[in-house]
Amino acid sequence: MKNTLNSVLVWVDDRFPLTQLWNDHLAKYYAPKNFNFWYYFGSLALLVLINQIVTGIWLTMNYKPNAELAFASVEYIMRDVNWGWLLRYMHSTGASLFFVVVYLHMFRGVLYGSYKKPRELIWLLGMGIYIVLMAEAFMGYLLPWGQMSYWGAQVIISLFGAIPVIGEELALWIRGDYVVSDATLNRFFALHVIALPLVLLGLVMAHIIALHEVGSNNPDGINIKKNKDENGIPKDGIPFHPYYTVKDLIGVGVFLIIASLIIFFAPEMGGYFLEHANFVPADPLKTPEHIAPLWYFTPFYAILRAVPDKFLGVVAMGLAIVMFVLLPWLDRSPVRSMRYKGIISKVALGLFVVAFLVLCWLGMQAPTPAKTILARVFSIIYFAYFLLMPFYTRMERTKPVPERVTWQ
Amino acid sequence: MAMINRVLAAVLLCAAPLFAQAAGGGACGQVPCQHPDIDLGDEESLQRGAKLFVDYCLSCHGASYQRYNRTGRDIGLSEDELVSDYMHITDKPGQLMKVAMAAEDAERWFGINVPDLSLVARSRGADWVYTYLISFYKDESRPFGVNNGVFKDVGMPHVLWDLQGLKAAQKTTVGEGDDAAKVIEELDTVRAGSMSDEEFEAAMSDLTNFLVYLAEPAKMVRTQVGMFVILFLIVFTVLAYFLKKEYWKDIH
Repeated sequence: MKNTLNSVLVWVDDRFPLTQLWNDHLAKYYAPKNFNFWYYFGSLALLVLINQIVTGIWLTMNYKPNAELAFASVEYIMRDVNWGWLLRYMHSTGASLFFVVVYLHMFRGVLYGSYKKPRELIWLLGMGIYIVLMAEAFMGYLLPWGQMSYWGAQVIISLFGAIPVIGEELALWIRGDYVVSDATLNRFFALHVIALPLVLLGLVMAHIIALHEVGSNNPDGINIKKNKDENGIPKDGIPFHPYYTVKDLIGVGVFLIIASLIIFFAPEMGGYFLEHANFVPADPLKTPEHIAPLWYFTPFYAILRAVPDKFLGVVAMGLAIVMFVLLPWLDRSPVRSMRYKGIISKVALGLFVVAFLVLCWLGMQAPTPAKTILARVFSIIYFAYFLLMPFYTRMERTKPVPERVTWQ
Repeated sequence: MAMINRVLAAVLLCAAPLFAQAAGGGACGQVPCQHPDIDLGDEESLQRGAKLFVDYCLSCHGASYQRYNRTGRDIGLSEDELVSDYMHITDKPGQLMKVAMAAEDAERWFGINVPDLSLVARSRGADWVYTYLISFYKDESRPFGVNNGVFKDVGMPHVLWDLQGLKAAQKTTVGEGDDAAKVIEELDTVRAGSMSDEEFEAAMSDLTNFLVYLAEPAKMVRTQVGMFVILFLIVFTVLAYFLKKEYWKDIH
C-alpha cells in the first residue's frame, strides 16, 4: 500500500512539483519559534475566507438576484431550505468576523513592524486584500434587499457623486440606474459572487507566496535567517508543519467556539451583525430614520461625516485608508518591533487604537454637535498618528535589539 | 498577556455602547415598553397565539414567507387540527400563509399597503409588538375612532376591541413652552371587553410569542444544535491543546 502511494507520488512529482510545494510552504518553511497570540489571525483569516466561499456557494444555489424576489428568497433560505438558516448565519457572522480577524492581523503587523523592509510588498498585497474585502462586504450587504441594504448602498454610491465633474456620471455608471434598483442588485451580485472573490483569492495567494519568499517576521522583529546552523536552517526557526499547524488548531478551536456562540445564540449580535431594519424589505419610497453602515466601515464613515464639505469628506475617508498603505515608508525607526521602539511610538499606537475604536462607535451614532466635535478630534489623532510617524520614529531612543529571539 | 487584556478591554469598551443602544429606551413611542413572556418551548402559548393570529390578523396582514404545515409541525398541531382550526382561506397545508385581502382593497380601505407580519418581531422587537397590541385608545378624530400609544396615528383599526374593550388615554403635559409635549399617563377602560385586563395581556403575550416564533422558526432548533456544536468544539480544542503540547515539548 505504502509503496503504491509512494510510486503515485513519484509519478506526480515528475509532472508537478507537489512535494516541493508541500516542503516550501509547510514542512520545510521555517517560521520563528516565538510566535505569540497575535500570530493566530493570519490562518484564521484564511479559515473565514474558505467559510465564506463554501457557505456562499450554497446560498447562491437558493438566492434570487432580482429586486422582486431577493428578500423572499432569503426568507426561503431561512425557512424552507434544509439547514439554510445555518448557512446564512455562518455567512453573515463570517463577514463580520472576517473584519475582526483582519483588523487584529493588521494590528499585529503594526505592532511588530511586519510591513518594514523587506516585507513592504506583503503589506501592500495585504492592503489590496483589505480594500477588495471592503468592496466585497459592501456589495454582499445589498443582496438581502432589506431597508438597510438598499439605503446603505444608496448613501455609499452617492458619495462618488461628490467627486467634481465626473461624479454624477460615475455614480450613475456604478448603479446602472438613477436610483439603486434591480440593475444595481444584479451587477453587485455578479461582482460579489465571482469577480471580487477571484481577485481576493489571487491576492491572498500572492500575499502568502511573498511572505514565504522573505520569511515571517516575529514579535522581536529580528531576522532569524542571520543565525543559521550547519544545514542552513535558521537556529530560531521551526518547520511550519507540524509545529504551527498543530498550534493553529488551538486558535481554530477557540475561534470556532466564539463564532458558534454568535451563530447559534446571537446571530443578529444585538443588531450589529444583522441590522433590525434589514428585516424590512427594501422600499425606495421610505427612507429609514437613521442609516448606518455595518460596524467595520464606521471608523471611515465617522471621518467622512467629521469633515463639513462632502467632497473633502470623501477625500479624507480615502486618505484614511491610504495612510495604512503608506506605513512602510512612514515608519523610519531603526527597529521593527514595538518591544524595542521608544515611548513615543508606544503612546502613539495606544492613542491610535483608542481613536479607531471611538470613531468606530461614533460612525454608528446619529450625529449631534457634540459627537461631531468628538469625531473631529479623533480624526485628527487618527491622521496625526501616521503623518507624524516619520518624525517621532526617528527622534525617539530605541532599545537594543537582541541577537536571538526571546523565548519563554 | 497584559497586552491581550488591554486589547480585549478596548474591544469590549467599543462594543458596550452598541448593546446599550441596541436594547434602546423610549422605543415604544409615547408609552413605556412592556415586556411579554417569550418562551418558544411553551407549545400551548404558541398555539393560543397562532389561533389569535389566524383569526384576527391574517385576514389583513400576511405572513407570506411562512408555510402553514411548517407552523403546525413546529407548534405541535396535527394536520387535521391545523386544517380545521387554523386555515381559513385554503385547505392545502403546504401553502404560504398569504393574506386574504387583495392589495388594491387594502390601499382603498386603509390608505396604505398593509405590512406583512412574518418578520415584524425581528424588525421591531417583541417588546414593541406587545406594547403596540395593548396600547390602542379611543380617539374620535381618527377614521376608525382609535389611536395607538406606540404607533401614533396608525391606520389600523382596533380589531381586538371585542376582547379588550375600549380604553381612554389620560394625557398630561410635560415640559414648558416650545418643549411642551403631551404624553400618555395611563389608559382607563371606558367600555369592557370579553376579557379582563389580565386575560387580555396574557393573550397578547401569547400572540407576541407566536410572532417571535414566526419571525425566525429556526430559533426553535438553533440553540439546541448550538449546544452540541460547542460541546464538540470544547473537546476538539482540549485535544488540540494536548496535541500541540506533545509536539512542542522538544522545542527549546
